[in-house]
Amino acid sequence: MLADKDRIFTNLYGFQDPGLEGAKKRGQWDNTKAILALGPEAIVDIMKKSGLRGRGGAGFPTGLKWSFMPKEIKERPHYLVVNADESEPGTCKDRDIMRNDPHTLVEGCLVASFAMRAHACYIYVRGEFIREREALQRAVDEAYAAKLIGKNNIHGWDFDLYVHHGAGAYICGEETALLESLEGKKGQPRLKPPFPANVGLYGCPTTVNNVESIAVAPTIIRRGAGWFAGIGRPNNTGTKVFCISGHVNKPCNVEEEMGIPLRELIERHCGGVRGGWDNLLAVIPGGASVPLLPKSICDDVLMDFDSLRAVQSGLGTAAVIVMDKSTDVIKAIQRLAYFYKHESCGQCTPCREGTGWMWRVMTRLVQGDAKTGEIDLLQEVTKQIEGHTICALGDAAAWPIQGLIRHFRPEIERRIADHMKEAAQ
Amino acid sequence: MALRKLIVDGKEIEAEETITLLQACEQAGAEIPRFCFHERLSVAGNCRMCLVEWVGAPKPQASCALQVKDIFPNKDGTPAKINTASPYALKARQGVMEFLLINHPLDCPICDQGGECDLQDQAMGYGRAAFHRFNENKRAVEDKYMGPLVATIMTRCIACTRCVRFATEVAGVPDLGATGRGEDVEITSYLEKAFASELSGNVVDLCPVGALTSKPYAFNARPWELKKTESVDVMDAQGVNIRVDTRGPQVMRVLPRLNEDVNEEWISDKARHACDGLMRQRLDRPYVRVNGKLKPATWNEAFAVIAAKVRETTPAKMAAIVGDLAAAEEIKALKDLMGALRVTNLDCRQDGAKIAGGPRQTYLFNSTIAGVEAADAILLVGTNPRWDAPVLNARIRKTWLAGGVKVANLGPAVELTYPALQLGTDIAMLEQIADGSHDFAKVLGDAKRPMIVLGSGALTRSDGAAILKLAAKIASDTGMIGPAGSHADGGWNGFNILHTAASRVAALDLGFLPGVSSDGSGGRDVAGIVDGAQKGEIDFIYLLGADEFDVAHLGRAFVVYQGSHGDAGAHHADVILPGAAYTEKDGLYVNFEGRVQRGRRATFPPGEAKEDWAILRALSEALGVKLPYDDRAALLKALETDVTHFATLNDAPVHADTSAATWGGIGEAGPLDTAPVTAAITDYYLTNPIARASETMAKCSQELVHGATKMAAE
Repeated sequence: MLADKDRIFTNLYGFQDPGLEGAKKRGQWDNTKAILALGPEAIVDIMKKSGLRGRGGAGFPTGLKWSFMPKEIKERPHYLVVNADESEPGTCKDRDIMRNDPHTLVEGCLVASFAMRAHACYIYVRGEFIREREALQRAVDEAYAAKLIGKNNIHGWDFDLYVHHGAGAYICGEETALLESLEGKKGQPRLKPPFPANVGLYGCPTTVNNVESIAVAPTIIRRGAGWFAGIGRPNNTGTKVFCISGHVNKPCNVEEEMGIPLRELIERHCGGVRGGWDNLLAVIPGGASVPLLPKSICDDVLMDFDSLRAVQSGLGTAAVIVMDKSTDVIKAIQRLAYFYKHESCGQCTPCREGTGWMWRVMTRLVQGDAKTGEIDLLQEVTKQIEGHTICALGDAAAWPIQGLIRHFRPEIERRIADHMKEAAQ
Repeated sequence: MALRKLIVDGKEIEAEETITLLQACEQAGAEIPRFCFHERLSVAGNCRMCLVEWVGAPKPQASCALQVKDIFPNKDGTPAKINTASPYALKARQGVMEFLLINHPLDCPICDQGGECDLQDQAMGYGRAAFHRFNENKRAVEDKYMGPLVATIMTRCIACTRCVRFATEVAGVPDLGATGRGEDVEITSYLEKAFASELSGNVVDLCPVGALTSKPYAFNARPWELKKTESVDVMDAQGVNIRVDTRGPQVMRVLPRLNEDVNEEWISDKARHACDGLMRQRLDRPYVRVNGKLKPATWNEAFAVIAAKVRETTPAKMAAIVGDLAAAEEIKALKDLMGALRVTNLDCRQDGAKIAGGPRQTYLFNSTIAGVEAADAILLVGTNPRWDAPVLNARIRKTWLAGGVKVANLGPAVELTYPALQLGTDIAMLEQIADGSHDFAKVLGDAKRPMIVLGSGALTRSDGAAILKLAAKIASDTGMIGPAGSHADGGWNGFNILHTAASRVAALDLGFLPGVSSDGSGGRDVAGIVDGAQKGEIDFIYLLGADEFDVAHLGRAFVVYQGSHGDAGAHHADVILPGAAYTEKDGLYVNFEGRVQRGRRATFPPGEAKEDWAILRALSEALGVKLPYDDRAALLKALETDVTHFATLNDAPVHADTSAATWGGIGEAGPLDTAPVTAAITDYYLTNPIARASETMAKCSQELVHGATKMAAE
């Protein structure tokens, strides 16, 4: 369990003042100039050594990502873009950071931008986040007023921070679609390569990071890479904000150590599963797009990238969706299939056509109105989408269904059989 | 150019780093299916049909979206291995194909794309042969309105966005786009607005399925029924390469042919869709005017009437005018015939352009069409290239997209599809550029390869010769007449005349211009002929398809009209000799670059109509001045002897003459007129007898020219 002294987001619940004064009391903006004095190389090095992996879902090492940026500003300016388009179902960590601890993010933007030699940073806030955007904007305004950021600020690195409000599309959380949207175009993912570090926002070198990845950076640098790397497990280091929702007694966001056992996470922070651990049916451990885990796996799985990958799921955004035995798990996954069908941008064929197909088959499976062979068909369709699309939305749409078939195939078959029996009567 | 080694299907190749993996695989002989990828459009990578296996990569790769430079070698330094036909790659493609087909209607039997459909063809290779397993309802999409030329059956659309990219990138008219998300994505025009481009028909060729098909051609023929003839278009002077598809005596459609130097693979809507005019208003038998009314006649009767008139007319009172669609053969035959009759009142400049023969390069588009891509500043004078030569305009736009060529337009402000400095319609501006006082003179001076393009709007003015003189001065002063050689070899010639009549350059090459008669007096030009006819000084006028001048005011002159369509010229004729349209005869055409290209006969002329040179040859016998060629081969020989460059087909002349004398001799200094510069073409869709006979062109004119004008006035 994470000790209080090791928490980064000390105002995650908004019990204290989210404003600049409160943030300073919590240690933010404390001699940030000294951090910048380390120089970009050293900062990137600390980030690399800390072992921080991107908190947006893919888990790409943040320091490594930062190091992809050109080492000098040539004719094109550099940009940092912060992905605050937190739309993954079940995920609500960034919204609490922006609401209650926005200065961690604002300071992180300055530090990360400096490390990547960017003088401008855009925070792309999800369309539905009205209050969060206002809270963030307040923090940005405060930072400007206090000359913490802006031209000729006290840190000696000219830096402009823009809060951009999206229009509310899941796909705009995909980094290149986000850039397109930010440029005023239709939010559709770009082809990669070229990668944003080379050709990003307005064709300039750009790094896109998740809110949490950026917000933790100043603390990591202050407290040292070793401190962060010392928490959690090798290759899965540090603290992480988990968002636990669904059939638990006290759904919450909580900052915890990486690699905490799922059961401990739920029982310690969320008051346990509704009706007790034995009433657990399944858990989606990392936001809607990762395959669910049945109780048998949940009993002892650890919550980190590698452990969850070993059980054919993923940490994703660490949004734990708990389902007890009252859940119609097929219906639940069917609802997710609808979500992906609705949010597919329609650019590339497999996702455009496949998400609709999967949703329709899933809808029939909820009633059992299908042939047993269609389970295999559905599985094959998910395989035809996975890995064949421009962005990862296709994969994200396929995985929950693959998880369902992997772990709940008997339930689907039972329902089909029941339906046939009913029809026969 | 950097090369990179790849192993494609076990075969080691070296590919240029700048091309796509798809192209590299094709160079290695592999066949890669694709829908969205098109060489001339930006890469979309959305159809996912071109997936290949990159050994070691975690997932199949869209080969159109990867450049060769992105394919890094294996860790041990050996070249990356690409498999295009492995079970892994095939399975990926089969999956994509299935997705494309699940919502595609099975209406191939009633689809105009049938037989030439990429989806149909590729489904043969990658479809699930056994059975379909999509048990849901198929999607239906409402059809869209895209103007009089493009029919839409949007349920068939696979959202490859080729049409959108063409409209946005090549045509420069962002009228098409995709709305909606996911499976609800629809390609649409902007609020049921017609696709307002002169190149709109090309989206039909680009569409890999039957979503966009040709409206005028709808349900008319199947591709396998058609005879395909490679030919050259005459609707403008660019000489775009076309394929004429015929069934029996009828031209069913016209398609573009690939020619990088001339039209890449685009053609204008007029070139494509005026072909229905070939079946209307045709002159299919000779006519003779008796008591004020045209009466059908035999060829011999018609010739006899002409011969009788010629006998009683002195050469000074005779004249001949060549129309805009004539091939070199008949121009040569008419010139020889008129020469034999000692007639000097000859002209090919129906529009009255002040081009006066002389060295060839003084009336050509010397930069060449492909050379436009090397230009960095262009001054347009009295031309709207969008209407004068739409495909050339696309080339200018391409140049602008690639490097931001600076364009200035002296003439009516029009939307050119690329930004242009509008200099207004005061021709005096040209003087300011010539004397260097205008800002754009500096732009031209600083440019490495500046161009000036003179259009009919400038040359047909009364001060056309003075404009030419000024243009030549600008050309010399700003270094437009650069080193000799083609632009590819570092040469440059930026002095360009943009003709709009397909026959014009050939006629100028052959010197079909007012001659000098034996008494030393000069021949009359078109204006002089009309004037003479009104005053009774011209009694006999021979029109070779000439309809674009003031035919109605030829006084009491005896008019012979030889041509294909019952247009203005035929209405005022005393004798009509039915000729062949461009699809009905073999003929040489010279485009505005000076490129000689061969048009081929696709069908036979209707009824008693004949090939035009043969009519003239027969008439010459009736007139007692038999022309010395009995077949086309002999005529071609005479043509080549007369003007040697007719022997070389398909090449544009290379700029060789840098002498100041040539360029100093262009035009005549004189005062400029104060009248505003106007457009030469007032209705793009109705510029010649074939287009005016075409119902399709009439619809286009109504909707796209007059509809638009009305809106602008509101």
